[in-house]
Amino acid sequence: MIERDLVIIGGGSAGMAAAIGAYDDGVKDIIIIEKGRQLGGILNQCIHNGFGLEEFKEQLTGPEFMTRLIVEIQKRKIDVRYQSNVLNLTKDKVVTFSNSIDGIVKIKAKAVILATGCYERSAGAIQIPGERPSGIITAGTAQLYLNEMGALVGKRIFILGSGDIGLIMARRLTLEGAKVLGVSEIMPYSNGLNHNIVQCLHDFDIPLFLSHTVTKTIGKSRLEKIEISQVDDNFNPITGTEKVFEIDTLLLSIGLIPSNDLLKKLGLPVSKARGAIVDEHYMSDIPGIFSTGNVLHVHDLADFVTAESRSCGKGAAAYIFDKWDLNAPCFNVSPGKNILYVVPHRVRLANLEDHLTVKFRVNKPLKDQVLIFTFNGQIIKKIIKPIIIPSEMQKVRLPKELFATQEGELIVSAEDRT
Amino acid sequence: MKELICILCPRGCRLQVDDDLNVTGNFCPRGIIYAKTEMTNPTRVLTSTVKIKAKNAVRLSVKTSQAVPKGKMFDCMRELDKVMVEAPIHIGDVVIHNICDTGVNVIATKDIEE
Repeated sequence: MIERDLVIIGGGSAGMAAAIGAYDDGVKDIIIIEKGRQLGGILNQCIHNGFGLEEFKEQLTGPEFMTRLIVEIQKRKIDVRYQSNVLNLTKDKVVTFSNSIDGIVKIKAKAVILATGCYERSAGAIQIPGERPSGIITAGTAQLYLNEMGALVGKRIFILGSGDIGLIMARRLTLEGAKVLGVSEIMPYSNGLNHNIVQCLHDFDIPLFLSHTVTKTIGKSRLEKIEISQVDDNFNPITGTEKVFEIDTLLLSIGLIPSNDLLKKLGLPVSKARGAIVDEHYMSDIPGIFSTGNVLHVHDLADFVTAESRSCGKGAAAYIFDKWDLNAPCFNVSPGKNILYVVPHRVRLANLEDHLTVKFRVNKPLKDQVLIFTFNGQIIKKIIKPIIIPSEMQKVRLPKELFATQEGELIVSAEDRT
Repeated sequence: MKELICILCPRGCRLQVDDDLNVTGNFCPRGIIYAKTEMTNPTRVLTSTVKIKAKNAVRLSVKTSQAVPKGKMFDCMRELDKVMVEAPIHIGDVVIHNICDTGVNVIATKDIEE
């Protein structure tokens, strides 16, 4: 068994930013374990624009954004093991991984950061009625085939779900010569960012069917047709509203789920965001095991993943150098009215530098709201929001001075502005 | 009368533009500029891929170095189909000069060393 200060599992934007954050705070003995042939993770296939406005103050494509981080990793000569799979992680921070060069390796780490990203919800999760021909795949898989392998998945395409990857693929497939007949969304509102609705659907006259879902798939060996129906308030299909589309491919863009297998193996609880329960430095209940990026909660932007993970890396450095008081008093952070989840889940005020950043999502689209932060019954901050939607993560900085004590509960809620 | 969703911020104002390019529904002045550009000469940055000869890659991601007229996007795609580049290639390398007479170059967005 070898010993390393910090093991980072995953070399996407989260893993790279965490490595940079930790290195710059003095941790030089780092190893990144990456399953792919190159760093960058999903950004390798996200060739579209719109990255980097927060981190680099300019519009970059996914590969350009990722390359900025790779250059920083190379400058610091951080050890990366490619095409490597983590087989096990134990509570005492022993990581077992394997690849074809090193064989099976056991590392005893002072700290471990889980930066394994997320995966796409697939067809099995939603049980569409009908036949099971080929031609039903997730939007991200179609993106991989097209952008990295140059293969178009179909010629007549329908997209189920209005997540951002689906919208981006609607544009991409159209530009490559496929006909995208429409996008259906079971909710009465879109799950994608507004600017993607405009640039990806409106620009190409692709219809968006809100409150609609796919109610039948038809095809012997290859998908031939689908039927979509309008749904009522309880998401049950309404008879008589069926529309049929002749297509060869159905793309699914129905949500992303944190890749949390290692967390579950450790017996750690899973949050409402389907990630780890973490403190102000993204550390889990097991001291020295951290979680950051999309494996903690699915983000809207790689920029936000990068910022969070850099801060997680700094947290891991502070832990390794024994700079925190792990027994300091602690308060909980909880979602209140209209809030789906909040990150982090608990906070040791003594370990914060000057402010706490809370991240959260509302559970439905709301208008004319006030975001209210209540600490032990006292309102400590209010923010007016004319419009607030679930697909846009909220990020609020709360200065340390706002908290009168170190224990108790912080509740985040969204209330009508009356 | 045309309805647009402003894409400059997450607020996503619903803008109405009449035939004389008068804009209403905007929360801030930027909405007016967006609507006017969008009504007169809408432009977009185009991102795509081209074929590449390399050890471990078959496609190279590219983009137009500036926005091109929206109406020329499909013409640009056809030009990109004709291109084959060879590794090594670096971010910013020009793949096509002045694509479809737009005055805009197509550049690589990824480093592919070998």
